[in-house]
Amino acid sequence: MTNTKRQELSDRALKVREHIVRLSTNGGCFTGASLSCADLLVYLYSDFLNVRPDNLTDPTRDYLFLSKGHDVPALYGTFVELGFIDKARLDHHLSTDDHIYWHPNRNVPGVEFHSGSLGHLPGVALGVAMDCRMRGQDNKVIVITGDGELNEGTVWESLLVASAHQVNNLTLVVDRNHFQANVATEDLIPLEPLAPKFEAFGCEVRRIDGHDFAQLEEAFSALPFSDTKPSVIICDTVRGRGLPSIEARADRWFCNFSADEVTELLKELHSQEATKLTSETLTVR
Amino acid sequence: MTYEELIKETALADERIVVMTAENRALIRNLPAVLGPRFIDTGITEQTLIGAAAGLALRGRVPILHALATFLTLRAFEFIRTDVGIGQLPVKLSGFVPGFLSDGNGPTHQAIEDVSLMRGIPGMTVFAPADEADMLAMLPAIWASPSPAYVRVNTRPATYEHAPFEIGKAEIVAEGTDITILTYGMLFEQTMVARELLQAQGKSVGLVNLRSLKPIDEAALLDVVRRGSLIVTVEDHFVTGGLFSILAEVLLRNQLTARVLPLALEERWYRPGRLSAVLEYEGFTGRHIARRIAEHLGESGAAITPGPAVLENQFAE
Repeated sequence: MTNTKRQELSDRALKVREHIVRLSTNGGCFTGASLSCADLLVYLYSDFLNVRPDNLTDPTRDYLFLSKGHDVPALYGTFVELGFIDKARLDHHLSTDDHIYWHPNRNVPGVEFHSGSLGHLPGVALGVAMDCRMRGQDNKVIVITGDGELNEGTVWESLLVASAHQVNNLTLVVDRNHFQANVATEDLIPLEPLAPKFEAFGCEVRRIDGHDFAQLEEAFSALPFSDTKPSVIICDTVRGRGLPSIEARADRWFCNFSADEVTELLKELHSQEATKLTSETLTVR
Repeated sequence: MTYEELIKETALADERIVVMTAENRALIRNLPAVLGPRFIDTGITEQTLIGAAAGLALRGRVPILHALATFLTLRAFEFIRTDVGIGQLPVKLSGFVPGFLSDGNGPTHQAIEDVSLMRGIPGMTVFAPADEADMLAMLPAIWASPSPAYVRVNTRPATYEHAPFEIGKAEIVAEGTDITILTYGMLFEQTMVARELLQAQGKSVGLVNLRSLKPIDEAALLDVVRRGSLIVTVEDHFVTGGLFSILAEVLLRNQLTARVLPLALEERWYRPGRLSAVLEYEGFTGRHIARRIAEHLGESGAAITPGPAVLENQFAE
């Protein structure tokens, strides 16, 4: 990945994180879970998926299903930055005069299906992938789940079925931020070793740093990983990524900050980004 | 024409139709060879079955899902409600061996709250044919509708020549001034017997085959209420949430009252056995229904003779 492209994606991800922080007040949102998948969504919609504001009804478009629906602030932010929705709509967060709330719904252009109840969209994505294949189309079908969501049996049930039917145009992506709602995953329902679990369910698996755009590009560009198996990409991420004051904290799943706190967090976000850029620049030099 | 042949004909004529099952193939064994990739068996995974059907419907397909009524409506309830209901997708649910038709399976397999659950989902339509001929008359309209639908599959041979079907319309088999029986599904044939037995006792007995439970034929129900007879709701369903509840809702909504005898399952699962034994034990043969109605009217049911033997169910799946 070129430095220019990485810079462009980093800049966009920073703006998406700003949107997430701004949505974390006046009722709040699932801030930590949104920050962990911001880089993933920015990469996918900017650089990988054939999905644009002007092709949302085209049956040959790619599909992204956000099964981990509570991270929708990251999706809203990405959609604003890429022109799917007006920025002004985010001012209507949790207002009944629009449809911008804590989980995705199809009144937001770009949202393929509603979610919120965990473990639902792997099955829906499976049906879409089967239909694309039945029609001889090569659409990519991506479904993003959380790692806590992997507790749900239907994730595994869907993979069993996808594997049995050799649905290799389906890719399940795990936002592996190591936390369920209130507890670290390994302290409640341990998931590791995770990759072998997916392999045992008949999937071809890669595991990457979900905040590293070069690794995201390398993994997604290699899809499908197999001619016969569904693909799985485990993205290791950090809950709250970008805000050290809330990173990897079990008590920062849902956040409802005061206006002053939001101002401070936005400063923190920018100072953090500046530090990161400096160190990256040094590394490159 | 059979259920399977109707599915085959409809699917061959309409590319949108996809037939899906959670490995319940007893009635549809010949479809995989005919439909190829448009026959999808997800294995014993009712929840994923529903999710995948929603995905197929998003892409313009009309999935017909054939699975056991209990597991389809109960195991996958939240998936039906959330994926199909919120999505308002044209997914067509065929619930096999509903109500008394799961005869010897036991309580795990008794779908006797399915009507209640399915009609509680906004936009979902609910149907219960009286027999195979009735079902074949009903399914084309149900599948052609843009609404999600739940059908209580019933392949029992017809004992009555049914009228053409219209969604939301009941079939008025007979009008009566003393008693009117309202029913749906496989108990229709027993209520036919009950009606004859009561008529033989000098009663004027009406009979309505509801067919469409949601939308309900409110006009037909109100006609019955205005006639002033005793109304008897007969159903192989818990008394809560089924036809008795539907009638109560219609009455209240119209600020009316009526004399109503509900014959349904009260707060318990039914005793498993061969179908004839179940109907005997639970009091739902034609003769039992007639006697219970007579006794409700303060009369002796002793003079009521037995009706014809109950035809046993053919499926164990």
